[in-house]
Amino acid sequence: MTDVLDRPEAGDTLRVVGTRPARPDGVDKVTGRATYGADFTMAGQLVGKILRSPHAHARIVSIDTRKARALPGVKAIVIGTDFPDQASEELAGGEGASNIRDIALNCLARDKVLYQGHAVAAVAATSSSIADAALALIDVKYEVLPHVTDVEAAMAPDAPLLDETRFTTGLETKPDKPSNIASRMQLKRGDLADGFASADVIVEGRYITPAVHQGYIEPHACVASFGADGQCQVWASSQGQFMIRAYCAKILNIEASDIRVTPAEIGGGFGGKTTVYIEPVALALSKQAGAPVKIVMTRDEVFRATGPTSGAVIEVKLGAKSDGTIVAADVVLKYQAGAFPGSPVGAGAMTALACYNIPNFLITGYDVVNNTPKVAAYRAPGAPISAFGVESAVDELAEKLGMDPIALRLKNAVHDGDKAAYGPTFKNIGYVETLEAIANHPHYKAPLGPNQGRGLAVGFWFNVGGESTAAVNIVEDGSAVVISGNPDIGGSRASMAMMAAEVLGLPVEHVRPIVADTASIGFSMLTGGSRTTFATGMAVTQAAQKVVEDLKRRAAEIWDVAVDKVEWVNGSAVCLDAAKAKPDLTLAAIAGQSAKTGGPIGATIALNAQGAGPGFGVHLCDVEVDPETGHVSVVRYTAAQDVGKAIHPSYVEGQVQGGAVQGIGWALNEEYVFDGKGAMENPGFLDYRMPVASDLPMIDAVLVEVANPRHPFGAKGVGEVPIVPPLAAVGNAVSRAIGVRMHDLPLSPPRVRAAIDAG
Amino acid sequence: MSQLDYLAPASAEDAAKALAAGGDTARPLSGGTDLLVQLRAGRLKPGLIVDLKKIPGAIGIREEAGGFVIGAATSGAALGEHAPLVRAWPGVVEATNLIGSTQIQGRASMAGNICNASPAADSVPALVAARATCVVVGPTGRRTVPVEEIPVGPGRTSLAPGEFVLEIRLPPRGFHAADAYLRSIPRTEMDIAVVGVAVNLTLGVDGVITDARIALGAVGPTVIVAREAAAVLVGTRAEDDVLARLDEAARAVCRPISDKRGTAEFRTKITGVLARRVATIAYARAKERI
Ligand SMILES: Cc1cc2nc3c(=O)[nH]c(=O)nc-3n(C[C@H](O)[C@H](O)[C@H](O)COP(=O)(O)OP(=O)(O)OC[C@H]3O[C@@H](n4cnc5c(N)ncnc54)[C@H](O)[C@@H]3O)c2cc1C
Repeated sequence: MTDVLDRPEAGDTLRVVGTRPARPDGVDKVTGRATYGADFTMAGQLVGKILRSPHAHARIVSIDTRKARALPGVKAIVIGTDFPDQASEELAGGEGASNIRDIALNCLARDKVLYQGHAVAAVAATSSSIADAALALIDVKYEVLPHVTDVEAAMAPDAPLLDETRFTTGLETKPDKPSNIASRMQLKRGDLADGFASADVIVEGRYITPAVHQGYIEPHACVASFGADGQCQVWASSQGQFMIRAYCAKILNIEASDIRVTPAEIGGGFGGKTTVYIEPVALALSKQAGAPVKIVMTRDEVFRATGPTSGAVIEVKLGAKSDGTIVAADVVLKYQAGAFPGSPVGAGAMTALACYNIPNFLITGYDVVNNTPKVAAYRAPGAPISAFGVESAVDELAEKLGMDPIALRLKNAVHDGDKAAYGPTFKNIGYVETLEAIANHPHYKAPLGPNQGRGLAVGFWFNVGGESTAAVNIVEDGSAVVISGNPDIGGSRASMAMMAAEVLGLPVEHVRPIVADTASIGFSMLTGGSRTTFATGMAVTQAAQKVVEDLKRRAAEIWDVAVDKVEWVNGSAVCLDAAKAKPDLTLAAIAGQSAKTGGPIGATIALNAQGAGPGFGVHLCDVEVDPETGHVSVVRYTAAQDVGKAIHPSYVEGQVQGGAVQGIGWALNEEYVFDGKGAMENPGFLDYRMPVASDLPMIDAVLVEVANPRHPFGAKGVGEVPIVPPLAAVGNAVSRAIGVRMHDLPLSPPRVRAAIDAG
Repeated sequence: MSQLDYLAPASAEDAAKALAAGGDTARPLSGGTDLLVQLRAGRLKPGLIVDLKKIPGAIGIREEAGGFVIGAATSGAALGEHAPLVRAWPGVVEATNLIGSTQIQGRASMAGNICNASPAADSVPALVAARATCVVVGPTGRRTVPVEEIPVGPGRTSLAPGEFVLEIRLPPRGFHAADAYLRSIPRTEMDIAVVGVAVNLTLGVDGVITDARIALGAVGPTVIVAREAAAVLVGTRAEDDVLARLDEAARAVCRPISDKRGTAEFRTKITGVLARRVATIAYARAKERI
């Protein structure tokens, strides 16, 4: 399949794309009718529950399930050794590669538990209270081991080792001692020493960000049914039904075509639902019990055993000429991976300097295991963390040079044709335009009040394309159904319907978009990497174009004219053959007689979309600090982003606003707090403080449209970029408001008051 | 499996009897915004829930002998809509109205807030500063108890088995008097007080403070009545130097712990800050009434 489509001809006017119709999934969601993961039930379904480790690090000496099995109403119990043994194997499926053995061990531990909350056993019973009682009857003997939750403590040579057979990869020489540092990676350009030697000004800082959770409202939930003939069904909320199918097939050693996964409506994922926790467990329980099993996590389980993203230490040293030209950058990133390797440090490193043209740099990243839950993708995984360090340092540089923060960034900005710090050469980027959008925004010049500060930060995300399948089927009355395989986490059904409607010339209300199960449409990579509107949208558009070609052929047949004498205009075939002067044939008219022209009308396109356009965001934040309480209020916030082309501007703005809000939460109050035994102390929304509506001003989203010529309508991914700048935008605003550079997140009242007191 | 019974008696006497019969595992229910949450989280496993809302007078506000009598299960929203109460006790009402959100306000009661016995409960410092009392009903009769004597430690009350709070009484309001409450939370709502301070003042016609009562929340296992801090205000017009001494005196009586919600040092500092701010608000409110 070709991956590049012709752009609509110049002068073409779009009728649907770029407008703001109500989303097709909206009414069900606001009336409570949408079926989320926990809403699905089957006759005879059992309740599945999971026993979790009370220890942050321990060897499992024995698991005795006899008493629990004897409890009336208990129908199945599984432990880690009930899963087939797994070889260590990297699987592409999530956002980045994942090791299937680690995923299986994270679903159910085998020899060791690696964090408090690590799943140890699961039961299926006829009621919730019986399941609870059964969990209490499972006797697990642990040999408690020393634990380590802090990233730098985990890197220390004498740290307790999570895996005695793990040796750091990516070093020049093979190490002779095992380590919690799973890997080291480096990106470099030029000569760092020369660069710093030529600098007039140097800034240096060490920054810390805590582990934070994606905080989706909907806990993980699934129903699994393992048929007596080996055919399985799973209903689950996730970012990818094909991901669930692939992981369950591998973990349970089942042929993938024997598993049919139906995506439930999803109540937020933000990257956190790009892996499995409960689906293989529910299937294993269902197999043993001979009945469907439903598992619904509690919020406590979500916090203790899913997500989060890495806590990290970021060291940044920048050297610049007195005119602001940055000549050298040394960035060290230490990211926690949690129980198994796979922190997003790679993406953190690749994005760290992506906005800047710097002749000499070295970026070193460490992927470090520690006794906290295995990290999962979180919106632009890794990028907000490194951006916090780099953008704070650039802000400090601007202050030291007495330079305007936008002027400093413009001076060092990447342009089309520049080689990105992570390798490729930029094409069709809108970074400078986005900086200018903020420079020209009234917010940038608005006066500040007492105790207020203004912070600016920029951010970058790659955005991806990849494999997608979509089908467009014409219904006999002339309406259309668009089928794709990507769970709608941000308004993508609206975008799919709009792109199809645009091509078909139908009003968008006549195009019904659905997200199908794994047996009803071909493969699509999961919804992640800001890929769906770009890649699946490309498949939808091509399928609609194929349908239009077919409709033209059918009209030509009906009229008995040459196909090239038929044009498709606003949903009707128009006859260009002056000799035959036929009245236009509407889509409904052609659909109504499809049997005479070759049968049902529809097209499926499967492709591997290339050429996703990278995205840049520039955020401007005003805060007011209460100098006595240390309380920070965000009083004004403007976020500009190059989005290529906004298919549905409201939902693009929603993505920009949502990303900014999550980033503001990360900056201000969110953090995993562990006690001395490595247990999470705040596994609920009371003490894990995400922002509430009254904490926030309206986020002003400014859409900059520098088209991506590789997408039929010019779209770029938009969902992830907006969480990259806010940590530093807020941090820079607070630092400027109080006159003290803030290095550690979150900027909670105690920390800000302490900084003010320390001067 | 365990059993949970539910009763909704129609008289205070029946409720006391049922609670006494239920023993240790019986629990009164007002709004349920603590009880039901704790039940679902598995932190509490009651065998009997006695819903008080069917008892005559359990919901409602009446003026009596110049003061107010508030039924135990009266919601925060109802308090906020009662104009005479808001005018007489703005601090008590604003403290209660800080509890939770609009949804929670439709249910949450002051009696539940008192008897849940959280050191951070918002309405309790305001009630203590107001010298409010509880009418406690038990199997052996009724007694009147100052609010500060009900909670005795985190999650513990002085109520005997079978006893419950039927009413909360606010004393008659003198002239030129007003109260105020502020709390410090990291966010702007849906949070738990890191520090809460209530100040209740009475002024003379000349604007000089003749009576002051200050109560501090979340800086000790139970609400702290800051008598020395209150004494700093009496005889003054809450001028800046007085407020500075108030700040110091309030900090001096704090006994906070360090936990995930804030360090002891931070809590102590904020107590002083809030004492100043709340005294200023209460003073301004009282002065308007001269
Ligand atoms: C989302 C949310 C936010 C919250 N925010 C806050 C907040 O900001 N500030 C705050 O202080 N609290 C907050 N709370 C806690 C709770 O809402 C308050 O403590 C509320 O006042 C409890 O009142 P209730 O009527 O719902 O009590 P219930 O849940 O009915 O009872 C609480 C306890 O008191 C006992 N009890 C109830 N009534 C009586 C009685 N008449 N006599 C004797 N014992 C009784 C019950 O047995 C139970 O142990 C919040 C709770 C939730 C769920």
